[in-house]
Amino acid sequence: MTNQYRGAFGHALPSPGEGRAARRITPLAFLLLAVLFLILPALTAHAAMNIQEVKSQKGITAWLVEDHTVPIISVRFVFKGGTTQDPVGKEGLIHLMTGLFNEGAGDLDSDAFQVKLDDAGVEMSFEAQRDGIYGSMRMLSLRKDAAFDLLRLAVNRPRFDQEPVDRIRAQIFSGIIANERDPEAIAQRKWLRAIYGTHPYSRPDEGTKVSLAGITPADLSAFHKAIFARDGLHVAVVGDIDAKRLSEKLDQLFGELPQKQTLSPVADVAAKLGQQVEVNYDLPQTSLQLAFPGVGRSEPDFFAALLMNDILGGSPYTSRLWEEVREKRGLAYGVGSYLAGYEHSHALLVTTATRSDRAAETLSIVHRVVKDMAQQGPTEAELEASKKYLIGAYAINDLDSSSSIAATLVGLQVDNLGIDYIQRRSALIDQVTLDQVKAAAKKLLSAEPGIMVVGPLMGGKG
Amino acid sequence: MPRTLLIDPTPQREPSIELRSHWLRRAFIATALVLSATAPVLAAKNDGKVTDFLLDNGMEVVVIPDHRAPVVTHMVWYKIGSADEPPGKSGLAHFVEHLMFKAPTINHVAGELDRAVSAIGGSHNAFTDYDYTAFYVTVAPSALEQMMSFEADRMFTLIPTDDDIKTERDVIIEERRSSIDNNPQAVLDEEVDATLWQSQPYRIPVIGWMREMETLNWNDAVSFYDLYYRPNNAVLVVTGDVEPETVKALAEKTYGKVSAGPGLARIRPVEPEQNTKRTVTLTDARVSESRFSTQWVVPSYHTAEPGEAEALDLLADILGGGNRSRLYQQLLVKQGIAAEASANFQGTVLDATNFTIYASPRGDAKLADLEAAANAEVARIVKDGVTDDELDKAKDRRVRSVLLARDNPACLAHIYGSTLATGGSVKDVEEWPDRIRKVTADQVKAVAARYLVPSHSTTGYLLPKTEN
Repeated sequence: MTNQYRGAFGHALPSPGEGRAARRITPLAFLLLAVLFLILPALTAHAAMNIQEVKSQKGITAWLVEDHTVPIISVRFVFKGGTTQDPVGKEGLIHLMTGLFNEGAGDLDSDAFQVKLDDAGVEMSFEAQRDGIYGSMRMLSLRKDAAFDLLRLAVNRPRFDQEPVDRIRAQIFSGIIANERDPEAIAQRKWLRAIYGTHPYSRPDEGTKVSLAGITPADLSAFHKAIFARDGLHVAVVGDIDAKRLSEKLDQLFGELPQKQTLSPVADVAAKLGQQVEVNYDLPQTSLQLAFPGVGRSEPDFFAALLMNDILGGSPYTSRLWEEVREKRGLAYGVGSYLAGYEHSHALLVTTATRSDRAAETLSIVHRVVKDMAQQGPTEAELEASKKYLIGAYAINDLDSSSSIAATLVGLQVDNLGIDYIQRRSALIDQVTLDQVKAAAKKLLSAEPGIMVVGPLMGGKG
Repeated sequence: MPRTLLIDPTPQREPSIELRSHWLRRAFIATALVLSATAPVLAAKNDGKVTDFLLDNGMEVVVIPDHRAPVVTHMVWYKIGSADEPPGKSGLAHFVEHLMFKAPTINHVAGELDRAVSAIGGSHNAFTDYDYTAFYVTVAPSALEQMMSFEADRMFTLIPTDDDIKTERDVIIEERRSSIDNNPQAVLDEEVDATLWQSQPYRIPVIGWMREMETLNWNDAVSFYDLYYRPNNAVLVVTGDVEPETVKALAEKTYGKVSAGPGLARIRPVEPEQNTKRTVTLTDARVSESRFSTQWVVPSYHTAEPGEAEALDLLADILGGGNRSRLYQQLLVKQGIAAEASANFQGTVLDATNFTIYASPRGDAKLADLEAAANAEVARIVKDGVTDDELDKAKDRRVRSVLLARDNPACLAHIYGSTLATGGSVKDVEEWPDRIRKVTADQVKAVAARYLVPSHSTTGYLLPKTEN
């Protein structure tokens, strides 16, 4: 078959640009993403970006990227201790709390607070993750005084009034009910229990109908007090503000908080692999997820594992899984792998969704690709290509707007990577050897994986 | 239902600890957000200044410099989408988009573009919608020429093999299963669209009907591709660390070599007058919480009389645009009968569009009561209009969203591209904040009364399957 082409079009291609660092582009694909915390990739050198460490009079530290091009300021911060801090029987407490910071603070009730937020044009959001409570704010710099003042109130003096507590609880409740008969959601819950046992990671972040019902405003206040303290805080700010002004704002925002957090200790946990969780339902498409051991962010073979994962299934369009499952056989629209990293556990996950009548075939192809990687490792050429990709991609994927830079900088602080990490990152990737990547492949992929299947009963195991 | 379909579903690797960015979603999917002509003071020389010009072959080019970081976003928007497909070939526009990645060209073997983008750490993807198909890449400025060469090349030299066709057809079929068939809400939305629209092609899903997708072939695709993938049917938008003169020189060197196709008028079936209230109900065992949505046919920015689309935009914000909106305040806060309630206006489309309200009940509240309460809010605006205060605040929010879009050049590229691909101009984008500012409370009341007529609407119900 040939196309009726419209004339020759040939000219020499310029050599590929050396992936200079930069920020940019947030693909729509982001929006389709299930919320999972993935390990931050390494950063690439970002020549244009100067990170200052700002320390306020009262001793609050923040990383600042000052940029006055656009009159916008983005703030991002985290308090350690996320949904793992939910007490037994009151699961969902932290998640509920994060829905309430824009529902009244100080002398302002919910309505008054939201009117002020709206008038000031502030975007403020809080989010509960397993290991931390994240807050974000974005504002036009003209309105920064009003914006910072509202954030100060939200952080220091949230009200947790009964009406908004009940309303937001009802919304979460609705979400739980809506998922009750959804096979994917059922499988996810079953999966977490299977791999994490009784560890806090096994619990749904949003809690259960029973646990939510028992949470009181007093519980919320108590946990706010325990978690919102200065020793668990990391802050990053990007945009139209200078260090001096930021330093004043930091004191205003966080300077009055207690010095020390009161957290329940959380144990490290190794996910229990080597088992199959199956939820059978008559669906046209079967979802498959395989979990292998991962690697901790601070371990010496982190970058070897990152590169290996990229070649296996991390890289869109060019990875081995993409090639074998989608490009060659058309068995799936999405297929890939990623390193999932939490403070207390990590894993390498492979996910895909495939026509149900060929699910067993797809699973066996995934197994074969993984096994081949475990036994042979990548080629030298694959490794070189992957290094180039990971070095260049960081800026484009993780430093693309003021809010994404702020999020990235908080992540670097949480992972304790140092303020010069972005400068060092390319070299850290470059120096990984083929033998190291092969060793990482063998180490992570030789294990018997945990497998989750959602779909009709599979005829024959992969 | 995801109307905009991407070639690559995978997250662009590390979503890191990214937050749920509602603003981003809004700005991206959004109707007609735009850069303010009265934009704030800019530090860098020409940052934010829009330059647009035509190549000799008719390709339109828009350049918006932003030198904050050494990156460029390059998007080619073809004025061709699923609503331009021939009858019986649903899914074809999206299939051609996929083949643009899958197939070799005369000058490049399959996968060469992917490897080139990967080798510089770039990011690329594409999407298809009712009215346009867009391909985008973000790279370092030094790679811009190479990317333009690839993009210009695949504009006219695609040569898929039989195997490419067969395999990629299977891929889009899996995409349909993922995005629609496995999800009861998506199945319902598809049927609601098919009921809301009686003649206009927005009744047909962008992904395509399964039975028609299964028969798509290269004969169908090649005539579509040859006709529509032409420079005079495309808009190039480049934002980021680059100068307009550079883009112009590179565009002439690459796209400028491609010959123009025939001029194309986008003549489509026209929606007849609607005179009925229709309902569509899906019950499914996977559903445990009911929901409803009601849609009305309304004009888009492209088809509206002056000021009407802007008024609809503000009406959607006031009625259901966030937690200050009437639906939220009435149904969630005051009456406590809804878990969620919102309204939406899709303004940036070529033909008439839809205005939608949605809600789901809280606790023991009955869906019928919730629907009645939501309709009462609509009726209240029709009867009494909106206050000047709520109108001013809605205007502030809408105009502010444009200022904030400046933070992400890719968002800007999206705003310009989608507007230009649906009959709008750069001027339309730049003047949008002023037009929003001029809308009066009477105009908002008038569009509500004219278009949100209960007896001419389509309501979809998603219900649990109960034993009896």
